[in-house]
Amino acid sequence: MSARDEVLARIRTALGDRPAVAELARDYRVRDDRPADVLREVLADRLEDYRAQVLRCAPDRIAEAVSAALDAGLGAGWRPADVVVTPGLPGPWRPDGVTEDDGRPAVELAGFAAAVTGVAVAIAETGTLVLDGAAESGRRAVSLLPDCLVCVVTSDQVVGGVPEGLARLDPVRPLTMISGPSATSDIELSRVEGVHGPRTLVVVLAA
Amino acid sequence: MTVFLGLPTAPRGVGNLRGDQPFPDAARTALRDGQLRANLGHATSTIRAKRAAVVGEVPDWAQLRAAGAALKRATMARLDEHLLALEEQVTARGGTVHWARDANEANEIVTRLVRATGSDEVVKVKSMATQEIGLNEALEAAGIAAHETDLAELIVQLGHDKPSHILVPAIHKNRAEIREIFLREMPAVDPELTDEPRQLAMAARAHLRERFLRARVAISGANFAVAKTGTLAVVESEGNGRMCLTLPETLITVMGIEKLVPTWRDLEVFLQLLPRSSTGERMNPYTSLWAGVTPGDGPQEFHLVLLDNGRTATLADEIGREALHCIRCSACLNVCPVYERTGGHAYGSVYPGPIGAVLSPQLTGVEDNASLPYASSLCGACYEVCPVAIDIPSILVHLRAEHVEAQERTTVEALGFRWLAKAMSNPRLWHAAQKAAGLGRFLARGKPTMPAALPPPASKWTRTRDLPTPPKETFTQAWLREHGG
Repeated sequence: MSARDEVLARIRTALGDRPAVAELARDYRVRDDRPADVLREVLADRLEDYRAQVLRCAPDRIAEAVSAALDAGLGAGWRPADVVVTPGLPGPWRPDGVTEDDGRPAVELAGFAAAVTGVAVAIAETGTLVLDGAAESGRRAVSLLPDCLVCVVTSDQVVGGVPEGLARLDPVRPLTMISGPSATSDIELSRVEGVHGPRTLVVVLAA
Repeated sequence: MTVFLGLPTAPRGVGNLRGDQPFPDAARTALRDGQLRANLGHATSTIRAKRAAVVGEVPDWAQLRAAGAALKRATMARLDEHLLALEEQVTARGGTVHWARDANEANEIVTRLVRATGSDEVVKVKSMATQEIGLNEALEAAGIAAHETDLAELIVQLGHDKPSHILVPAIHKNRAEIREIFLREMPAVDPELTDEPRQLAMAARAHLRERFLRARVAISGANFAVAKTGTLAVVESEGNGRMCLTLPETLITVMGIEKLVPTWRDLEVFLQLLPRSSTGERMNPYTSLWAGVTPGDGPQEFHLVLLDNGRTATLADEIGREALHCIRCSACLNVCPVYERTGGHAYGSVYPGPIGAVLSPQLTGVEDNASLPYASSLCGACYEVCPVAIDIPSILVHLRAEHVEAQERTTVEALGFRWLAKAMSNPRLWHAAQKAAGLGRFLARGKPTMPAALPPPASKWTRTRDLPTPPKETFTQAWLREHGG
């Protein structure tokens, strides 16, 4: 018997009693009806709690805010050539002279000082940004290798809780959920920001 | 009692589910290590407070917990169907699914897959399943170097040590000890390295950076797999997981067959329960989810190894199977008074603490880990904090009973209780026994408890517990004296 057939046969033997399964009660919170401005405040608060920086701007001032975010992450003297942006990042959001990700070998992205991406959805309650591999979010390596990550979140992308966030996502896309910059608690349970992923996370929140 | 269905348990001689010593012996050594107890006490009290704070801010925690338990029950009841659905979905999205009856078979599969890539090294995401089967050892024997990339796993690997906690494998080491390991084992480390956690983390970053960028093969576990969509999930903090899951050409994921959830929507429950229960965070910094391969993004070859290794034997036990619901958050370790004092090594298995005390003996067969169901005070704190409400104390008692029933020769304990039953059912014998026990007062020499150095077999009790000195008169005697016959 193949391993597959044997494991399946073992499961059927083990479940000889075929336990009955009760209908699942989803009586936990699946919606958060707080107004959009409150959710944005919660999102900013949770992000900052995890040592991300949050810059707010009007929807027509995103390019300036992205530049300010890069100032915050890299210091004022940053060179546009050291910044990579995702292919789908809207033109008006891009500072002049930045490089668009062109599908070069992923490891070459490590040479950039910063990356700018959009997101698919942002979950307020947990301070989570979700990137879905679409052109605006970019491939996974873009948001991973440069040491500074700038994510632009628009107001319509902010939801309250995890259930609302997952409901907006496509389960077969490569998804990355980001809650604050890279961190570890492996040494005496004390939290240190920044290990292998970007050590600096700046969020531009446009509303 | 359990129906013995003859399902094979995890094989001996491979993997890390059995210790060299029974728990009481290993625990005695651990208890003498003051540094260990200080490190553990600090770490567990810190994480307990963090967890309590973030769980406290969720008003529907009880409902989420009940939903988590119900979902796991539903998963187990149709495990074969869910696994077949997962296989179909992963295959449809360009992945390859392999089935492994046990640790040996899983190690063979992974070794063969790595060899086929032509690489002689792999980077690893922290994974309990691969620890359980001893994959690193198997790869090493095949001439393949396995590099752990999680900071704590790296500390353990560089220290030639073993993990002692499910989530924080180096919890038994403090910053000074970690600094010493890094100075000794990291070739290019700055000799001025201090023991400040940030500096240590940065040393690990520098040490692993080049390895990530050159890696061609990665091995991971999985926190969840969604049967209906073929989505796999790895939950982490440092970004080492993301490095391994996205940069190499080939990704091999080893997953216990119990780690499924039926539908995408079910993740909404577990992604709330897991981070808050494990690291005490609202959400862990990074969660990666993928289904098969995506052209132009991440590994272009994906293999999923589904591992039994004693899980079906566990599933066959109607009471014990609940241990398979575990989502490896380790909240039960952090509240356990026994774990807090002995640390994880004493349990001898990669699964320490309360969940380990019920999971390990079931995966190996109770007789191979017979001391573990007794490694508990049955205080119930583990059940209280478990995010999927596994009734660990009841399973512990159930496994103790199984162990007792499996004894072919009469034990001293059994003899004692048999004698006690006889004495208690006969008033004359009972009074005589009480009178005889009163003689123990001589041994106590006026102290409220008996000395620890009573001769065997009584020493087995008095070495670790107080045995009260028998009272001057029994309750019956006192009653008679005060109220008359």
